[in-house]
Amino acid sequence: MNKVDEIKQISGVNPLKCMKCGKCSASCPSFNEMDIKPHQFVTYVVNDDVEALANSKSAWKCLSCFACIERCPRNVQPGKLIDAARQILIRQRGQEGLSADEIPALLDEDMPQQLLMSAFRKYRR
Amino acid sequence: MRRIGVFVCHCGSNIAATVDVKKVVEMALLEQGVVHAEDYPYMCSEAGQSRIAEAIREKQLEGIVVCSCSPRMHEATFRKCAERNGLNPYLVEIANIREHCSWIHKDMQEATEKAVILMRAAVAKVHLNAPLLAGESAVTKRALVIGGGIAGIQTALDIADAGYHVDIVEKEPSIGGRMSQLDKTFPTLDCSACILTPKMVEAASHENITIHTWSEVEKVSGFVGNFTVDIRKKARYVNMDKCTGCGICQEKCPSKKPLNEFNRGLNNRSAIYTPFAQAIPNVPVIDASACIKLNTGKCGICEKFCQAGAIDYKQQDEIITEQYGAIVVATGFDTIKLDKYGEYAYNESKDVITSLELERIMNAAGPTKGHLERLSDGKAPKEIVFIQCVGSRCSDDRGKPYCSKICCMYTAKHAMLIRDKYPDTNVTVFYIDVRTPGKNFDEFYRRAVEDYGVNYVKGQVGKVAPQPDGSLLVHGVDLLENKQILKKADMVVLATAIEPNPDVRKIATMLTASIDTNNFLTEAHPKLRPVESPTAGVFLSGVCQGPKDIPETVAQAGAAAVKVIGLLAKDKLKTNPCTAKADELRCNGCSQCANVCPYGAISYETKQVNDHGIREERRIAVVNSALCQGCGACTVTCPSGAMDLQGFSNRQIIAEVDAICR
Repeated sequence: MNKVDEIKQISGVNPLKCMKCGKCSASCPSFNEMDIKPHQFVTYVVNDDVEALANSKSAWKCLSCFACIERCPRNVQPGKLIDAARQILIRQRGQEGLSADEIPALLDEDMPQQLLMSAFRKYRR
Repeated sequence: MRRIGVFVCHCGSNIAATVDVKKVVEMALLEQGVVHAEDYPYMCSEAGQSRIAEAIREKQLEGIVVCSCSPRMHEATFRKCAERNGLNPYLVEIANIREHCSWIHKDMQEATEKAVILMRAAVAKVHLNAPLLAGESAVTKRALVIGGGIAGIQTALDIADAGYHVDIVEKEPSIGGRMSQLDKTFPTLDCSACILTPKMVEAASHENITIHTWSEVEKVSGFVGNFTVDIRKKARYVNMDKCTGCGICQEKCPSKKPLNEFNRGLNNRSAIYTPFAQAIPNVPVIDASACIKLNTGKCGICEKFCQAGAIDYKQQDEIITEQYGAIVVATGFDTIKLDKYGEYAYNESKDVITSLELERIMNAAGPTKGHLERLSDGKAPKEIVFIQCVGSRCSDDRGKPYCSKICCMYTAKHAMLIRDKYPDTNVTVFYIDVRTPGKNFDEFYRRAVEDYGVNYVKGQVGKVAPQPDGSLLVHGVDLLENKQILKKADMVVLATAIEPNPDVRKIATMLTASIDTNNFLTEAHPKLRPVESPTAGVFLSGVCQGPKDIPETVAQAGAAAVKVIGLLAKDKLKTNPCTAKADELRCNGCSQCANVCPYGAISYETKQVNDHGIREERRIAVVNSALCQGCGACTVTCPSGAMDLQGFSNRQIIAEVDAICR
């Protein structure tokens, strides 16, 4: 499977539904930290440049706050795209990110489960 | 055995690119009774029809099958062609090999196979078709317009000017609709009331127009040319003949709590009220839920002050029944509810408003007497942010998938008017696209930018956050600069999506008029019959059919009126002869058919019958063919198989099924 199909499959997102309104970028708390802005994610996928997306700073600056997913009027949900880009990168290198053994020491009872899931994907040893 | 002709249309490449038309012709010639078969690029064209005419004459055809588009498109065309050439029009059958075949298939072999099957079914049916004769029904020369906004008023005026009587039914206390709530109209900036009120007065004083305000359509029965409509005239508690419209009752009424609907709930009104000063009729209504007298029996102040003695607390709802030949739906629109858009803080802050609310604020008769001020503290806003496409163009479950069409223009209008009247107020518009097709529309938008300095930002707003100091922090993005914007604003205006008036569902059901997934009424044909509903005798005017601005609404209102006039000008209408008929020998008088008939077309008679030599009196169903619309409900309900639909008889349908399964 090529990268474009892979990112579409992992994310379940059809980037062609985007109408370029920019509500994702308007909502993103990490906007200033990102080199590729949320509204540009779809363009990278459409232009067959998933590599650049996976290797961007943005992939690791996304907080997984889901604001863009919540507010996207077209169900494009750029947060899912960048999450998929991260996964592609992780799968490529055969790295699991966080090891399950390390979790108990890090646990905080206020921590949402979703964050834990994101952490598995995001942080490397 | 009938002599059948089969005509296969290419429809250019619409059919021929997917269906092997030559093969269909070849297979048709193998069918029983088929003495002629041919194909032609456009069967509906003059040349195509003359081929049919020639075949009827030369081959003495007794039945015709046209394999072409949907019967909704050209059944009438081919029936007329047959009739002109001496063949009963009901001996024509259409095999729909376009919508049901070529358009939905890609594989030529499969599509051809299906086209052949559809052709076979039609041939099998036409063998059993009976030559039917259309009857006639009279036309009631009176029209009903549901909704008294600009669409309804214009339609009524145009019909009335042609000499036919029109009734307008409006559920609010006054006609005028949304347009009466607007301050100025784009792109000429005329005052909305100044151009609307003369039309309202004209409608009210027109000898051919009767206006029923504070009234709703309760029940509709009948059919094109002969509708019977029950109208509920809600109790006004004010005698319309006596009231002089002096307004003292509203002034003295002690119940001042109800939200003023006309001002979009931005201020309050009295329990007895007229929605606005230029209301027509200028007769107030009492809001029964808020009236102290009606709820507690004490008060009666309005009655005491009314010099005309017009107050009548005993008034009851009244149902009147009228006959109409045509019905026009002009039920208009409302803005969507914003409960699902928490990010814009509409329910949190009084200073986040919809554009229609801004319209009332800008209006001299509005809650702030036309002064632009914040509803929270009455201060003049110095920084205003407009957000476009709120709830429009959304494919999620929060908004509407369509473009509301009017928002780009009214936002440019608001921005321009504010910059003109309050030059020290900054105006920023966040937009996705600026859509301004229309005469003088783009010029208007550019004037807002170039001459009035309105700041248009390409991008959306993600969040509006009310601040402790009363301001609003707008989180937006400028996509062209690729920068996030944090802007402190005093007021935020949301270009809220419009939707058909929620009541339209109820009305469409009563009229058996179809509506789409967004509750817009469906046209008989989206391009060629845009002001007619697929239900005969029902016409569409204004936003109930789709989003449109005032000039478009007025144009459509006129078009709907022309269609109504064309109908009312006829003395007789040809009725559809495909009606139900009861077999006297099989009917056992059980009444089940009459119970399901939506048109009240079935009654019972006691008749003398001769059942295989036994003479006896039986109660038998009789169908009034003028009322029957051929829906077929009775034929499937009848337990003894006595009901049959002419043109779609049980035998014909079984023959079709047999042919398909062969």
